[in-house]
Amino acid sequence: MADLVSHPDEVKVVSKRFGKGATDIGRYLELDGYKAVQKALGMQPDAIVNLVKDSGLRGRGGAGFNTGMKWSFVPKQSAKPKYILCNGDESEPATCKDRLIFEHDPHAVIEGVVIAGIATGSHTGYVYIRGEYRYLLEIMQKAIKDAYARGFLGKNIFGSGYDFEVYWHGGAGAYEVGEESALMESLEGKRGIPRIRPPFPAVVGLWGGPTVINNAETLASVPHILLGGAEWFAKLGPPKNGGTRLFCLSGHLSRPGVYELPMGYNLKKMIYEVGGGIPNGRALKAVVPGGSSCPLLTAGEIDVAMDFDSMMKAGSMLGSGGVVVVDDTTCMVKFALRIMKFYQHESCGWCIPCREGTDWLKKTLTRFHAGGGVKKDIDNIQYLSENMLGRTFCPLGDAAAMPTISIVKKFRKEFEDHLEGRPCPFEKAGVGEPVLA
Amino acid sequence: MLTHYPTKRSVLVPTLLYAQDEVGYLNHEVIHEIAQRLELTDLEVINVISYYSMLTTKPRGKFNVQVCTNIACMLRGGEELLDHCKSRLGIGHKGTTHDGMFSLEEVECIGACSWAPAVQVNYDFHENLTAEKIDKILDGYKTN
Repeated sequence: MADLVSHPDEVKVVSKRFGKGATDIGRYLELDGYKAVQKALGMQPDAIVNLVKDSGLRGRGGAGFNTGMKWSFVPKQSAKPKYILCNGDESEPATCKDRLIFEHDPHAVIEGVVIAGIATGSHTGYVYIRGEYRYLLEIMQKAIKDAYARGFLGKNIFGSGYDFEVYWHGGAGAYEVGEESALMESLEGKRGIPRIRPPFPAVVGLWGGPTVINNAETLASVPHILLGGAEWFAKLGPPKNGGTRLFCLSGHLSRPGVYELPMGYNLKKMIYEVGGGIPNGRALKAVVPGGSSCPLLTAGEIDVAMDFDSMMKAGSMLGSGGVVVVDDTTCMVKFALRIMKFYQHESCGWCIPCREGTDWLKKTLTRFHAGGGVKKDIDNIQYLSENMLGRTFCPLGDAAAMPTISIVKKFRKEFEDHLEGRPCPFEKAGVGEPVLA
Repeated sequence: MLTHYPTKRSVLVPTLLYAQDEVGYLNHEVIHEIAQRLELTDLEVINVISYYSMLTTKPRGKFNVQVCTNIACMLRGGEELLDHCKSRLGIGHKGTTHDGMFSLEEVECIGACSWAPAVQVNYDFHENLTAEKIDKILDGYKTN
């Protein structure tokens, strides 16, 4: 099953309680559980917001927006109720970390939700977990029930006079629903079509009320920050990129697994020392650094610090922490095709550039990989992707465009090797695909 | 669950999945019942169903074998695993065996990337798979 691994370079903050039975509320309390929320109840909301801001915690879902700053956008006064929404819709290809948090430390998520609520004046939180994670939804249901039983949730939590309700909510299969405005639509019982921004969720969110939406790992980090302090958390990583994060190593690696490393950890070191390098004597060809929505890196580009700002400078993104290692037995055209197939399937269909763009690109890449490509297809794939970028109603279009552009630019020769009806140089003999999509 | 939200409609998505778990698929009767209870039209409910990939309006096998072929699983034999399942079960993507025991689906990332290649059978995760392992696992479901 989802086995835990470890490495000496790990700095365990959000994974501190993994494997320690912390789904049991009694055990969670023994392991410093629910101390942070009680501390927060004794603080001014602005003080909590500033603490989280100063810690440098940035969204662990992929966008990397400063969490405290997001919380500060919630208006003090609101005619409509305010909400905290935990985004547990983890569906970014290569990402499997929130799964472990829900499995091993669900109370940390609950605690983070409540602290976010106290900081922003909200009294209701939802934990949205993707439909496929049914066993984790059941763990969360029990955790919530146990927290209510102890008076940690509901009316007058911890005897403080503050009310806070937390409800679970299960999805039913949709990547786009992980986009925060589509998440709200889904929670409201609709198709997960994103909303126009502005207004942003912190001002107009669930049922029109101000809503803070944070990734599960982001929220699970909050109690640790309350207890350890902003300075401690900030110093674990580079300036403005505080803390540690869960990295999901996968692909052609000897030791795939989820490891918690300080922000700014070197990617090359991560692949070779933590991940154990590439097995079977193969060579590294490419790396997906933070989930499939990021520009890929070549073997020559992996000497980079894995933090939000360094990765941006390197022309990619830290993203969701999903690191996929690709060796030299892999066809990059096929890889680009598989990525586009995903986005085409998951496109909500609302806006033309994404709906038509991902479909056109999938069809072109399918025909191209099967040997039916012509030279101008290569430039066209890049051109179509670049024209989707920044022109779609939500970032899914960008997510489809960015890896594609990087693969065409960095592996152009592989595209050229598929021209003139040549079979894919990497395909096993006799295994073919239909020429037309 | 209805008391958890300010609108009735908000329970729709999880309710549809729970209803499907019970009935096997979302047939007209179930759709109509849910629509009535939530004060929606049947069409509004159908429109939501069509968006979510786990929901189906067609009968399915007792065990739905969902094979991930997204990038991390693809690199570790996910496609070969899918082909193996197609062969063994004698069905393709979204097919159902004659005895109604198994359905097969090629799915997108299920969040098991570090334990790839991975499969879900209904809600059960099966990871670090090989053809031999999946055979044993499917045998296990068959005898159940």
